[in-house]
Amino acid sequence: MKVTCIGGGPGGLYTALLLAKAGRGHEITVYERQAASDTFGWGVVFSASTLGGLADADADTYDAILSSCARWDPVDVVYRGTRVRARGNRFAAIARKRLLAILQERCRELGVSLRFGAEVADPAAHLDADLVVAADGVHSVTRSRLASAFAPTTTVEGGKFIWLVTTKPLRAFTFLFTANEHGRFQVHAYPFDEHTSTWIVECDERSWRNAGMDAVDPAALRPGESDSDSIEYCRRLFADELDGHKLLGNGSKWYDWVTVRNKTWRHRNVVLLGDAAHTAHWSVGSGTKLAMEDAIALTAALERCEDLDTALAAYEADRRVAVERTQAAASESLDWFSRYGRYLGFEPPQFAYSLLTRSKRVTYDNLRLRDPELVGGVERWFGQVSGAGSDGAALLVAPQPAFTPLRLGGVTLVNRVALVADRAGDAVDGTPSPGHLATVERLALGGAGLVVVESVAVSPSGRVTRGDAGLYDDRHTGAWRTVLGRLAGRTSALVGAQLSHAGRRGSTRPRSAGSDRPLRDEAWPLVAASPLPYNRFSPTPAALDRHGMTAVRDDFVAAARRAADAGFDALGLHFGHGYLLASFISPLTNHRDDGYGGDLPARMAFPLEVLAAVRAEWPASRPLWVTVSASDLQPGGLTETEAVSAARLLAGEGADLLDVVAGHTTPAFHPSYDTAFYAPWSDLVRNGASVTTMTSGSIPDTGVVNDLLAAGKADLCVLGRPSPPPPPWLAPAQPAHGGGS
Amino acid sequence: MGLPAGVPGAPGDLVVDWARRADDGPFASVAVVDRLRYGNYDPLIALSAAAAVTRRVRLVTCILIAPLRETATLAKQVASLDALSGGRVTLGVATGARRDDYDTSETAYGGRGARLSDQLAVMRSQWEDPAVGPAPCRPGGPPILVGGTGGPALARMAAFADGYVHAGGPPRAFARAAGQARAAWADAGRPDQPQLWGMGYFAFDDDGAGRDYLLDYYAFVGPFAQRIADGLLTTPLAVREMLEGYAEAGCDELLLFPATASAEQLDRLVDALAR
Repeated sequence: MKVTCIGGGPGGLYTALLLAKAGRGHEITVYERQAASDTFGWGVVFSASTLGGLADADADTYDAILSSCARWDPVDVVYRGTRVRARGNRFAAIARKRLLAILQERCRELGVSLRFGAEVADPAAHLDADLVVAADGVHSVTRSRLASAFAPTTTVEGGKFIWLVTTKPLRAFTFLFTANEHGRFQVHAYPFDEHTSTWIVECDERSWRNAGMDAVDPAALRPGESDSDSIEYCRRLFADELDGHKLLGNGSKWYDWVTVRNKTWRHRNVVLLGDAAHTAHWSVGSGTKLAMEDAIALTAALERCEDLDTALAAYEADRRVAVERTQAAASESLDWFSRYGRYLGFEPPQFAYSLLTRSKRVTYDNLRLRDPELVGGVERWFGQVSGAGSDGAALLVAPQPAFTPLRLGGVTLVNRVALVADRAGDAVDGTPSPGHLATVERLALGGAGLVVVESVAVSPSGRVTRGDAGLYDDRHTGAWRTVLGRLAGRTSALVGAQLSHAGRRGSTRPRSAGSDRPLRDEAWPLVAASPLPYNRFSPTPAALDRHGMTAVRDDFVAAARRAADAGFDALGLHFGHGYLLASFISPLTNHRDDGYGGDLPARMAFPLEVLAAVRAEWPASRPLWVTVSASDLQPGGLTETEAVSAARLLAGEGADLLDVVAGHTTPAFHPSYDTAFYAPWSDLVRNGASVTTMTSGSIPDTGVVNDLLAAGKADLCVLGRPSPPPPPWLAPAQPAHGGGS
Repeated sequence: MGLPAGVPGAPGDLVVDWARRADDGPFASVAVVDRLRYGNYDPLIALSAAAAVTRRVRLVTCILIAPLRETATLAKQVASLDALSGGRVTLGVATGARRDDYDTSETAYGGRGARLSDQLAVMRSQWEDPAVGPAPCRPGGPPILVGGTGGPALARMAAFADGYVHAGGPPRAFARAAGQARAAWADAGRPDQPQLWGMGYFAFDDDGAGRDYLLDYYAFVGPFAQRIADGLLTTPLAVREMLEGYAEAGCDELLLFPATASAEQLDRLVDALAR
């Protein structure tokens, strides 16, 4: 077979040598536009698993690569003058130049023809080969020429970066975070031989402009010329960390990161490989690693399959999964770096935890296995700031974050796990059923810090379905008091009622029949901020007038009084999920032109009035929370800035805790139902507005709770929803009969 | 048990006889796929034929591309099949993944998700409307499953359906989708749990015909078709592992579709399940 590799980088060379090694008498030529010894870039990082793959594919080059590698274990996070060290990582890095020399030598040994200084301007000239491997990099000419076949997309991600090198020999992969009057800057640095380290500086565009680093147009620099003013700026910025060592460039200039994707990687006899096919931001691993793994997969497929078509299809099917996984992790990582400004209030252990778990590939429990000392440190720190133990004494053995106390208003939750008693739908005229009350009792004895009784109506017309429980009649108070009284002295869990008014989502059939299906018989009139039906089958609600607003406010206050009388320890107000108060907050559902519509403060006016009135009624010593939608999850909805402002307003009006949710404002929302799906919104609100938050949404176990708490995404987590079978540690305690002795 | 109605060229009597034999056990249901621009039998027509020769098994669409059809007519057809079969219908619906099915029909491809949501609400209402018969055997009509991936499809499932039907894959993929379906269900405030259905393809000792069928049927998904074809169950062990994996992930019913229209494959599946 005649094989042409366009591009003599690691991907192209490695493909060539593996094919040659297979010994099928292939005639292989590699075309590289640069000279044999020219190269840009510095060190290339390999993980332990990549090295394992290289060892299996070709032992000779593996030995040579390994003996030229700098190897290290720790990842250091340098932030606020503190160094947090994470161990249990096995990394190796090699100078790209050295890697290329090893691969070139092996190619020659195996009879591959290497043509340097041979730019392939038009791949068409090479298409007569049986197989054309386009490994011509991120700016692949082959991909551009055959764009209609490959259908590439390139996404310019935010942020600017510049690759530099320092003579400081590092001992760890090092993240450095610093800020000055111009903005925020971070460094990703790692050693690649005994006296040099890669030093990548990265910042957002605003910091970059403020620092005047846009003065030199990168495109105006000659090949090989560096942006020396920027290098000097970086040298001064990181003078302390560089410790007198040099910071150097080699054709270094500022770049925007570009993520490359292709609809397909193959077209007839042409196949894309490495950066030509896909890129993933270097903060989660190198493109060289992916390219060399591509080469292994491609040559294995060619060995295994009978014809070229099948082989190329198998290669792409095989690699796409791994590549897309890496791209997903890279996108999480990029997102972290674009939002980490909100984490700058974190103390070093939390900041480091947040950084190290940013790609979501590492869980709390993974990290603990990898580096028990690090996670132990995070736990001791978390325990201490949570007030676990007594009098701030150092904790010898710290509890997991999930099992640390949480101070809320005037009380303390024994742990940071909440359980929810879902709406039962079997209340009669608002009186909760014995079954519902038994559920509340069971959950309250289950060991959680907080039990939430979901959706308790403040008026008959505020019910979602006819079977909703309420607190709008003194008879309801008695029913709730029965169970809360039974619990007295038997549990340290706080039990809270979430008061709600359904608004335009009211008067629907039981949710066993589906959600938001309007009642046909005995329906009641609906109210909302504006007269817009929830879905095309729902009745049109009346816009709430001032008289109605006062009545609703008073219903909430009266329900709060009954909740206090019944003995609830905490109270929630539902301002989310498209219910009545939420319909005022979202611009999608509030079209009012009176003082309660328009900008965010106006849209918040009535919800805040309700909150203030309830706060005045509800005992000051008992916590009051607000469930609020931080996003409508659809275009035209609440913005992130508005969500943060709304959170500040709610906290300012006396909410001790925000239970942050999203969506359901209208049926046309775009949710995600991954693990902890409301956590990004809790993160936004908690760290944007400096408020205490609770999160929920498919949190299957305490490992995820620990992760959310350690990463500072929430202060309290609802376990379950849907509830898994109760884990043994949540088994209800034996009821203590016999008069509370 | 999937009927071979989705394999182009499957003789009509084979499809009908397959249903009759599936009814003898051990299968809980017979199921059909849906396509417009393809050589399969229409799902409701195939199930009607199956209904006539079976007494026990449920009659399942997995899935039916509802937006391609006029809603009131579809509702009446489904109610009729349900009534004629003694209440044995489970209606699995989704938007389908192929544009060319839409281009062949009178339905626009854009807005198909919203249309499906509306159709579900309209069908439920019509099944309760005494003016439009026949009355379904169960108040509110036959159970509905919704398929599809992504948040909006799951939200649609949670708002309108009785459960979720997954599009196939290894148990791990099913488990992940099942977790999302349960999460969507709880997020919509639905009580209890959604029904969770899965599907897979089998061709014992496949000589390549089964694999080629899957590569052809799934050609529209691009390189991923290879993965789907790799998942073809070709041995009794693979079938049993699949069943166990799905059961562990909480699957209520797993539909196994033949990838080749050969009667002997049914015997072999019965055999594999008996071991």
